[in-house]
Amino acid sequence: MKSRALRRVALAAAVASTSALVLAGCSGGGGAAAGSSDEEITLTVATFNDFGYTDELLAAYTAEHPNVKIVHNRAAKSNDARANYFQKLGKSGLADIEAIEVDWLPEVMKYSDLLAPVPDDLKDRWLDWKSKAATDPSGNLIGYGTDIGPEAICYRADLFEAAGLPTDPAEVAAALTGDWSTYFAMGDTYVAATGKPFFDSAGSVYQGMINQVEAAYENPETGEITATTNPDVKKIYTETLDASKTQSAHFEQWSTDWYAGMANGAFATLSCPGWMLTQIEGNAPEVAGWKIADVFPNGGGNWGGSYLTVPANGAHVAEAQALADWLTSPEQQVKFFQQAGTFPSQVEALKAPELLDSTNAYFGDAPIGQIFTNRAQAVSVTPFKGEYYFQVNDAMQKALTRVESNTQDAKTSWDQWVSQVDAIG
Amino acid sequence: MTTTLQPPATPASSAPDGPPARTPRRVGFGSTLSAWDLKLSPYLYISPFFVLFIVTGLFPILYTGVISFMDWDQIRGSGTFVGFDQYAYVLSQPAFWDALRNTFSIFVLSTVPQLILAVFIAAMLDQNIRAKTLWRMGVLVPYVMAPVAVALIFSNMFGDQYGIINTLLGRIGLPGVGWHSDAFASHIAIATMVNFRWTGYNTLILLAAMQAVPREYYEAATVDGAGKVRQFFSITLPSLKPTLIFVIITSTIGGLQIFDEPRMFDQSGTGGSDNQWLTISLYLYNLGWGEWNFGRAAALAWILFLIILVIGAVNLFISRSLVRDEGSRDGLSRGQRRAAARAAKQGIAADSTGKGARS
Repeated sequence: MKSRALRRVALAAAVASTSALVLAGCSGGGGAAAGSSDEEITLTVATFNDFGYTDELLAAYTAEHPNVKIVHNRAAKSNDARANYFQKLGKSGLADIEAIEVDWLPEVMKYSDLLAPVPDDLKDRWLDWKSKAATDPSGNLIGYGTDIGPEAICYRADLFEAAGLPTDPAEVAAALTGDWSTYFAMGDTYVAATGKPFFDSAGSVYQGMINQVEAAYENPETGEITATTNPDVKKIYTETLDASKTQSAHFEQWSTDWYAGMANGAFATLSCPGWMLTQIEGNAPEVAGWKIADVFPNGGGNWGGSYLTVPANGAHVAEAQALADWLTSPEQQVKFFQQAGTFPSQVEALKAPELLDSTNAYFGDAPIGQIFTNRAQAVSVTPFKGEYYFQVNDAMQKALTRVESNTQDAKTSWDQWVSQVDAIG
Repeated sequence: MTTTLQPPATPASSAPDGPPARTPRRVGFGSTLSAWDLKLSPYLYISPFFVLFIVTGLFPILYTGVISFMDWDQIRGSGTFVGFDQYAYVLSQPAFWDALRNTFSIFVLSTVPQLILAVFIAAMLDQNIRAKTLWRMGVLVPYVMAPVAVALIFSNMFGDQYGIINTLLGRIGLPGVGWHSDAFASHIAIATMVNFRWTGYNTLILLAAMQAVPREYYEAATVDGAGKVRQFFSITLPSLKPTLIFVIITSTIGGLQIFDEPRMFDQSGTGGSDNQWLTISLYLYNLGWGEWNFGRAAALAWILFLIILVIGAVNLFISRSLVRDEGSRDGLSRGQRRAAARAAKQGIAADSTGKGARS
């Protein structure tokens, strides 16, 4: 799945390491003294991209807990963090608190016994689908939910106007309410009027659709791969590619072309999780027409989001759990949202006035707090993602790209995908 | 000169009377140490490299070998023995053969133009030009640049729709090239990045070799009326041969392990939708760090190792036979030299027997 993992194209030469060497000197062996001691300790927190964990916000915790010193290691790209995480999980060297991305969750769940579970009394704080995804078969929740990626539709009001479509966010939302065929029908109208593509890529539309399927690729009970025989998958594949023929701009997501397309008006709509807003604003700063409609075809969808995990063999597990609890508490989540746009996953945070009142000037003063709260509440399906989800989905995204780049026709590409999936496992 | 020829009457000369005055040296511990010192020190001095190599090189290689026969769980550090299954899996994957094809294609597209260009630039830098050092350092600048930065710049050039190259092609009425969809086009794009980075490096090595060619040759050639081009082909190139072998072999090894550029060629770094620019090392990385299947990755690592060994041997053989006169200037191959030596020996033998008969 193309995800937040790749959204930051910060190809910084320095690959920030999340090494927790800082921790080495401080593991006195007092870890068993469950949080209550006043012993001076250092907790390391490893994140990637931008979680909004600024030094000032973290200093607030130290103010409450003078004996705790927090060291924040931030990796530039989540791929670096992912490699580091799986390299050291179950061994030594991980930070006391390690951020993970929802995409890695299937693999992390395989090793849920190596992580300290979230205490029972905290379990109800998150949106149920957020915590359900990180709960293992024995009922342990292993991740403290941080942000989520509820999806709305971003669109270019100026291009919509030229095509004779509604331009006001409320009207667009009303026009798009329905399932994906409503969306594709609007696309047909747009293409007929302007001759230009309606959406960015088959990949992103497919991702939006497949995230609404309960068990797309694997059987939740047996873990067996069912992707190639699942009629839903075939149907979504066909529908996406049919629409893609005329409506897609044929970009590969996260490519430089794709980013350029945001500014060039190469497409008129884009699936928009909360974190996409900064991407659009950053890559099309000159464009005035981008707006957000409080709608997503076929109900709600979630794309991306992260968790904090506490490795069970850390030196200060109890203290780390307390810090993770604090970092994902409603008040803090709202602050991080204001800092970095990470949308809260806490039920309480979604009721916070600071969140609900927040607007975004770039998107025509859109009430983004209200919109994404609505979108989060509209999410009704927690797609099951098993051990092979990532590989199967990655192969599928490539299959779509092959058709979009005219390398293969839809049938050949599907067959190739089937044989690839058959080789997995 | 009427001095007596008698030996001087020194005690040492009374040899028949007894043992010499100098008693036999008792071999003490100190001298044993110094004997060891003489024998062992060189080994100790070179040992840091080998110790380091065993720890960071040999051990991982052997460990990889062990893992390649297992269904390995990297995180729990355990696995079950599966024999050659992982090798069979890798060899049965179309992706592997795509990767092999791409690796060789990119290797040829990068090594050949790169070396030709490097020889040419080195020859130019070898001339008496102004600000020599500036130019010589200049060719190394691309090598110093971080590969990631290079990839970033080039990905803007090779964009499918808004890239500089396709825009320029559009200006002159040509269709754009599908840099990210057509396999061959992607190989050219990647080879361009490789060439950009490594040409200067090879240039400097070849330049150093060129500077070692005695200037007298050129002077003699000039006197004989040979032009610059003739001098280049008749003096410079033949003198470069040993260095060229080195450069070719290092480029081959580097070329077969190419990773950075194809990985940075698109955002997902997995080699393209149809494995257009998947190389063996990239496939290896994807198996290991993408699918967390270290057994398969280890098997592929060994396959890559064997491929490099074979190609390296072939390479060496070809280069050696092309450069027959390595280390000598008589223009004879080793076989010819050996035959000549044999003939000479027989000649001498025949000569001596002949002499005996005559006398």
